[in-house]
Amino acid sequence: MSDTPYQHLRDLPAHHILGTGTPMCAGCGGLATLHQVYDILGEKCVIINAAGCMTLLSVYPCTPFHGSWLYTAMASAPAGAQGVRDGLDILKKKGRLSREEDLEVVVLTGDGSANGMGLSATSGAMDRNLDFLYLCYDNEGYGNTGQQYSAATPHAARTATSKGSLGYPGYKKDLFAIWAAHNPGYVATVVAAEPLDLARKIERARGLSGPRLILALAPCPTGWDFEPSASVEIGKLAVATGIWPLKEYVDGRVTHTKIPHPRLEVRDYLKAQGRFAHLFAPRENRKMIAEIQARVDRYWQKVD
Amino acid sequence: MNRKLLTGNGAAAWGARLARIDYLPAFPITPQTEIIETLSNWIEGQELECRMVTLESEHSMLTAAGAAAVTGVRVFTATSSQGLLYAAEMLYTVAGWRVPLVLVNVSRGLSSPITLEPDHNDVLAMRDCGFLQLHCATCQEVLDNLLIAYRLAEHPRVRLPVLVNLDGFYLSFTREPVQIPSQREVDRFLPPFEAGSISFRGGEPLSEGVTVLEGSAYSYFRYQAHLASLEGIAVYEELGQEFAKLFGWDYSALECYCSEDAEIVLVMIGSFATKAKEAVDRLRETGRKIGLVRPRLVRPFPVAALRQALAGKKGVAVIDQNLSPGKGGILHGELASVLYGTPEAPAVLASFVGGLGGRDISSEEFFEIHKVVQRAVATGITPEPQLLYTEEELRSLRKMQSVARAVRSNQGGGA
Repeated sequence: MSDTPYQHLRDLPAHHILGTGTPMCAGCGGLATLHQVYDILGEKCVIINAAGCMTLLSVYPCTPFHGSWLYTAMASAPAGAQGVRDGLDILKKKGRLSREEDLEVVVLTGDGSANGMGLSATSGAMDRNLDFLYLCYDNEGYGNTGQQYSAATPHAARTATSKGSLGYPGYKKDLFAIWAAHNPGYVATVVAAEPLDLARKIERARGLSGPRLILALAPCPTGWDFEPSASVEIGKLAVATGIWPLKEYVDGRVTHTKIPHPRLEVRDYLKAQGRFAHLFAPRENRKMIAEIQARVDRYWQKVD
Repeated sequence: MNRKLLTGNGAAAWGARLARIDYLPAFPITPQTEIIETLSNWIEGQELECRMVTLESEHSMLTAAGAAAVTGVRVFTATSSQGLLYAAEMLYTVAGWRVPLVLVNVSRGLSSPITLEPDHNDVLAMRDCGFLQLHCATCQEVLDNLLIAYRLAEHPRVRLPVLVNLDGFYLSFTREPVQIPSQREVDRFLPPFEAGSISFRGGEPLSEGVTVLEGSAYSYFRYQAHLASLEGIAVYEELGQEFAKLFGWDYSALECYCSEDAEIVLVMIGSFATKAKEAVDRLRETGRKIGLVRPRLVRPFPVAALRQALAGKKGVAVIDQNLSPGKGGILHGELASVLYGTPEAPAVLASFVGGLGGRDISSEEFFEIHKVVQRAVATGITPEPQLLYTEEELRSLRKMQSVARAVRSNQGGGA
């Protein structure tokens, strides 16, 4: 990714354009991601939002966005992107909108919409090769309603609807692979704790066309049960333990952009969060921790 | 002006074509599909410059329709029945965006039991969503009201999406002679959409559909939409007159047929009202003072015009092609709220439910309805709501069931 202007941290935008004082929680990994993404995209974009935490950013009569915003519904933000993209293209063709007035169409949803009821609309948008950027902040649960489990919740995590000793029995859905199977323009995973990697990927996505997904792990202090000040550390641990592989898909090929070496044990990541506390107390659930470690190891064996 | 035999669906497609729509988000569903197929063929043949996109559901279709309308292009879309309900969330949402677009609904009964044939439960389920609703009785009305619908939706005093309804099968697939105006004539009535402040563009940021966190702001926007919808009544009347000047026939929120001197009045919406007219003619021939009042506008509801049209009548029969289980006919309740407490309200307001799932309403049934209301006028007692169903129908249904049972037992199955 040497083709982007972001070689060093000092190359990142110094001017921040997303307004502050939003109702997001302290330490919100999703908001940190959005800050970084918005700084690079600039205000010439229209954000098409689905129901989730970020819906509370634009509360009448104020908005932190300098660009445009359209809230749709939980299931159909990509269809909203279709309508806006088509509308803008029609206006351009008719000479009613100049090239300078054109906008990048950006879908912004959480993992609940992206993995669940919005997946049909997302898949449809990819069938139609819609030119749009999709930013998913993945806080691994229905965060806005108090962190019930979603299809993106990791195995064993305690959520408001999986409070038993084993936590969530399912496994996190592989949204990256689902997108990649559609052969879209671009798919990448990011985390706000790795801002240089994130900036390069946004810059790369900007230069491509078609459907493009930025899937951001969004550490969530309230949902994952950790101190807001630990948000960046948790994000770094997710990468360092190999739980959250940083990668991108372009032209049918998946490339890992940061291979953790040596990889830390997943227990370092799990132990830092209250949602996994039941794996360590009253007694350590070695079997479950080993199973989680084994899944991560299997993933990286395929990469190596 | 060119006279041609067109189906209701064909008339809807012609209306959209003449309105010079820019964008057509689509999804097929019976009995609407002919509309999008016709438009698609015109687009392919370069007879219509329009971008068509088939979405993966009606929910997405309405989302795309509303979102495109926010950019300031002219949008048309169409659906029916299950599709309308699948899109229901977005009908409410898009109405709140206060953007103009036109949606044709080809009425069809709702599941279950699943059916393809028409009644009005689908469109009346969307009564409260904020879309204006125009209900058509003929293919000509479908074409004309599509043109009027764009003027209405785009009118600065309204700025709300409009739903144009036509009945599945009875109108959608029935050919009638339709006057198709020339593009030049239509352009004079319906100029290109001046979107004004409705636009997404670089340098002019706009937020749509933002959250409100308390009841006061929410109420403010809901009341605004309601008051704008009410404006639609006067605007529709103005447009109806303007239409008449250009095309020679007018439109009004209410169609009143022989109702002025009538003692008993039938109230209906949609294409079955043409059957009611026929029954009115036959009853008039025998000296009965009967008429018909048909609201073309269901939202906004032409309350003042209905009060005026029905003031001093002895009896009113509301014929509902819909059923709200546990209550009855939806329009009947609407009429009761219009008339109650007004000085010259008819003493008898009778309710009849019929024509569900494509079932016909025969002339004999209209005569019977007249008889029931006449009796009620004489006694002063409004009868209980009646569900139209004949003994012969019940016999034939029972026969169908017994045939099925016989077949099953012949095959060795249980009864």
